[in-house]
Amino acid sequence: MSGLPPPGQWIHIDWMLAVGLGWLAVGAAGVLALHRLALVARVLFPLGGLLGLVLFALALDALLGTPETAVLPIGLPGLPFHLRLDSLAAFFLMVIGAASAGISAFAAGYFRQGEGTPPGLLCLEYHVFLASMAGVILADDAYAFMVMWETMALSSYFLVTANHRIAEVRSAGYLYITMAHIGAIAVLLCFGVLQASTGDYTFDNMRVQSLSPFWASAAFLLAVFGFGAKAGILPLHVWLPEAHPAAPSPVSALMSGVMLNCAIYGVLRVAFDLLPLQLWWWGALLLALGLATALYGVVFAAVQTDMKRLLAYSSIENMGLLFVGMGLSLLFYGYGMLPMAALALTAMLYHVASHALFKSLLFLGTGSVLHATAERSLGKLGGLIRTMPWVGWLMLLGVLASAGLPPLGGFVSEWLLLQSFLFTPGLPVPLLTMLIPVVAALIALVAALAGYTMVKFFGVIFLGQPREEKLAQAHDAGRWERAGMLWLALGCVALGLLPVQFIGLLDPVTQQLVGAGLAERVSVSGWLLAPNGLQQASYGPLIFLLGILASFGLAFVLVRRLYHGRVRRGPPWACGFPWGTARMQDTAEGFGQPIRQIFEPFFQMRRELPSPFDTQPRYKVTVQDHFWRWLYVPIADLAQSIARLFGLMQQGRIAVYLMYSFVTLVATLLAVMR
Amino acid sequence: MSLTGFLSQLLEIALAIALAPLLTGWVNQWRAWLQNRSAPSLWQPYLMLHKLFNKESMVADHASGLFRSAPYLVFGCMVLACSIIPTLSTDLPLAPAADAIALVGLFALARVFLSLAAMDLGTAFGSLGARREMLIGFLAEPALLMVLFSASLISGSTSLTGIVETLAHRELTIYPGLAFAGLAFAMVSLAENARVPVDNPATHLELTMIHEALILEYSGRHLALMEWAASLKLFAYSCIGLALFFPWGVADAQAPLAMLLAMPALVFKLAVGGIALALLETLSAKMRIFRVPEFLATAFLLAVIGMLVQLLLAR
Repeated sequence: MSGLPPPGQWIHIDWMLAVGLGWLAVGAAGVLALHRLALVARVLFPLGGLLGLVLFALALDALLGTPETAVLPIGLPGLPFHLRLDSLAAFFLMVIGAASAGISAFAAGYFRQGEGTPPGLLCLEYHVFLASMAGVILADDAYAFMVMWETMALSSYFLVTANHRIAEVRSAGYLYITMAHIGAIAVLLCFGVLQASTGDYTFDNMRVQSLSPFWASAAFLLAVFGFGAKAGILPLHVWLPEAHPAAPSPVSALMSGVMLNCAIYGVLRVAFDLLPLQLWWWGALLLALGLATALYGVVFAAVQTDMKRLLAYSSIENMGLLFVGMGLSLLFYGYGMLPMAALALTAMLYHVASHALFKSLLFLGTGSVLHATAERSLGKLGGLIRTMPWVGWLMLLGVLASAGLPPLGGFVSEWLLLQSFLFTPGLPVPLLTMLIPVVAALIALVAALAGYTMVKFFGVIFLGQPREEKLAQAHDAGRWERAGMLWLALGCVALGLLPVQFIGLLDPVTQQLVGAGLAERVSVSGWLLAPNGLQQASYGPLIFLLGILASFGLAFVLVRRLYHGRVRRGPPWACGFPWGTARMQDTAEGFGQPIRQIFEPFFQMRRELPSPFDTQPRYKVTVQDHFWRWLYVPIADLAQSIARLFGLMQQGRIAVYLMYSFVTLVATLLAVMR
Repeated sequence: MSLTGFLSQLLEIALAIALAPLLTGWVNQWRAWLQNRSAPSLWQPYLMLHKLFNKESMVADHASGLFRSAPYLVFGCMVLACSIIPTLSTDLPLAPAADAIALVGLFALARVFLSLAAMDLGTAFGSLGARREMLIGFLAEPALLMVLFSASLISGSTSLTGIVETLAHRELTIYPGLAFAGLAFAMVSLAENARVPVDNPATHLELTMIHEALILEYSGRHLALMEWAASLKLFAYSCIGLALFFPWGVADAQAPLAMLLAMPALVFKLAVGGIALALLETLSAKMRIFRVPEFLATAFLLAVIGMLVQLLLAR
C-alpha cells in the first residue's frame, strides 16, 4: 500500500480498498476464532455487513465523480495490479454493497449449527468471496482481473461445498468448479485477443488497440462464452440449479444476487469499453441467446418442486432478460442510435439492481424456511405465513418484485425494456425491425410466466394448510435474519417507487458506455417516469400506489360506515365437504402440470404410471433438461474415452512421470526460444 | 391540474363504480332473453350487492391477513384501472401515472392477489382455481399487451389518452393491423372476464369453474367487493375495447363541454357491446380447460400478426 496518500487525502478508491482489506481482516479474524460461534455470528458477520454498507455509500458517491485509478505494488514483475473506479464499476460496487449488507446481516443469524464447516472458516470464505467480487469490478488489467475472478470462483466453490459430507453437494460443487474454469479459460483467451500481441495486459492498452472486425468478434464471442458460463446462459446454465440448492442460503443469495452480476459486468466491460468497435450482429446474437435463456429458465422454473432449484431457474431467466437488454442496447449502439441504446441499457442496469435485491431476498427467505422446517421440497411445506409472518410478508414483496408487478422494482425494468422495444425507429435491416415485436411478445410471455411461477412458489410454501405435522412448530426468523430481509425488501420497494431518482444515478453509467443518458429527459415532475416524453409514455409508481391504496382505504371505511364490519369465524366451506385434509390441496407438481403439458417439447419427461393391478400404485414423473442428454453426456463420454487413451501412458513409476515432465519442458522451451 | 380535468376524473371514477353492476345486469338480462328464459331485473346486481353487504362475513379459522385484504386490494386495482382508461374525456389527471403496459401490470397484480387469496385456505377448489386462473393469465396477458402495442404503434405512444386522441381523429381510416388486434382482443376479454367459451359465470360445477372457484370461500362484504371488482373488470375491458376500436365521441382535453355528448355515446356503445357479448355467449359452447391454451395462443398469434401488419404498413 506504499503508493497511497495519507488518510486525509484518500479518494473513493482508497477507501474502497480499505473496505476490501477490512473484509479480508474480518475473514482472517474468523480463522482465529474457528469454533467460537458467538463471536463469528454476533461480531464478525455484522461487521462485514457494515463494511458492505460503507461500500454502498462510497460507490453511491463515486458514481457521479470522475474516474479514479490506483496501482498496487503486488502482482507480477512489471505488471502490478491496476485498479480503476469509473461509473460502471461504481454502479456494480453499489449493487454489491447494498445486497451484501443485507445478506451479511442475515448470515449473522443464519450460521448457527455451522453447516458442516467450522463457522470461522465459513466466515473466511464468505468475506474473501465478497472482497474478490469487489476486486473483479475494480480490476483494470487482465492479470488482476483473472486473479480476482479465480479467487471468486474458488471461494464460492468452498462455500457451495460447505456441507461437504453430503455426496450430492460434492458433485454439485464439482460441476460448478468445472463450469467456472471452462468459462475462465475463455475469459483468459479473450484478454489474450484484446491485447493484440502488444504484451501489455492493462485495460488502458486494450482500449487503444484497433482490432480488425474478425478479431474483435473473436474476442467478443470468447467473452460471451466465458462470462455466459458464469451467468448461466443457455446451454451453459446447468450448474445453477445444482449449485444453488447445495449452498447454504446466504451463499445462494450472494451467488445469485451478486456474483451473477459480476459476469454481466464482464460482458459490459468487454463489449462496450474494451472493444474498439461494436458490430450490430453481436447485439442480435445476445438478443437471441438471452431470449432463449429467459424462456427456457422460466418454463423450467414453473415445473420445479424444490424451492431453491425453482429460484435458480428463475435466476437463469433473469440473466436471460439482462442479456436481452444488453443485446438490444448493443444493436442500437452498432447502428449509432444512441438515445435508444441508452434506454435499453438503462432498463438492463435497472434490472441488475432490482434482481440483485429481490433474488437475494427470496433466497434468504428460503433459508429461514429451511431452518424452521428442515424441508426444501415444496411438497412438504405449506401454510407458513401463519407461523412465520415476518418471513412470509417480506417474501411476498420479493415475490411481487420478481413477478414484475407494479409498483415494485421488477416492473420498472420490464416497462423500460418494453418501451425500448416498442419505439424502435426503423432499424436499417428490415428483417430485424420485423423481429423486434416478436421478441417483445416473447418478453411479455416470459414476464407473465414469471408471475405464474411466483404464485406457485409463494402459494405452495406460505399459503394453504401445512402439508406436514411438524410445520405447526415452525418458528419465525430471528432478529438478524429479519433485519437483513427487511433491508432488501425496502430496497425493492424503493427501486419500485423512485425510478426517476434512480435513473438519475444510472445516467453517468450510460453516458460512459454509450455516450447518451436519460437523466435530462426522463422526468417531467420528479414523480413521473417518461423516457420519451410525456406524450409517448409515462409511469408514476407513487401515484399508482396511492391510487390503489386510496380506493382500498375508502372501500374499507365506507363499507364499515354504511353497513358493518362483523366477521364470523368457522371452518372453511369447501363446497360443503367437511373432510378436507391438507393432502387434498393442489401440490407443486399439480401447479406445474399445465406447463408440462403446454411446453412439452422443452422437457425430457419420464412418467411412471401405475397399472390397475398394482397393489401399491405409484405415480412418478421426472423432468430433465434436454441439454444433459444432447450436450453434456456426449461431452462427458468423450472426455472419458480420451482420458482412457491417456491412461495408457500411466505406468505407475515416478521416473516415467518425471521423464514426461522433462520432455514437455524441453519441447515448450524449444518452442518459445525459437 | 385543471379544474375540468379534476372534475372529469372524478366523474369518470364515479360513473365506472356506479355503472359497472348495471352493465353486468344488462348482459345477464340479454343472455336470459336470448336463451328464452325470463330475465332478472336490470337492478339485480345492485340488490345482490346490497344483500351481501348486509350479511356477516364468514372467514375460515386459519385464514391469514392476505385472505381478508385481497377483496379490498382487487377492488382498488379495478377502480384505478377504470380511472385511467379514457371513457368520457381524455383530460384525466391520473392517466399519466399508468400507460398501457402499467394497465396490463395492474390487471396482473389483481389476478395474483386473487389467486393467492384463493390458495390461502388450502381447500381443493381454491388452489385448483388459482392454478387455472394463472394459466389463463399467463396466456392472456401477453396477448392483451400485444393488442395494446398494435394500437400504440399507430399513435406512437403507449399512453392510453394518447392512443384514444389519435384514433378518435382518424376520419374512418381502416387499419388492417387493428382488425387482427380487435379479434385477438375479443378472445382475450372473453377469457379474462370468465365468459362462456372459457369459463361460465353462472356455473358452480366443480370440474369446470375457474373464477367462481377462486371466490368460493368468500361471503358477505368480501364477496360483494369481489363481485363488484369483477363487474368493474368487465366495465374496464369494455372501455378498453371501445377506446381502441370505437373511440368516437370521447371528449378532447380542450373541449370539456363535449363530455355532455360523450356520456350518452358511452352508454349507447356499452349497451350495444353488452348485447354483442350476450349473443356471443349464447352462441358458443364452453370448451374443455385444455382447449383454452390453444384458444388463447390463437389470440396471442393474431395480436402479434396485427402488430407485424401495422409495422409493415407503417414503413
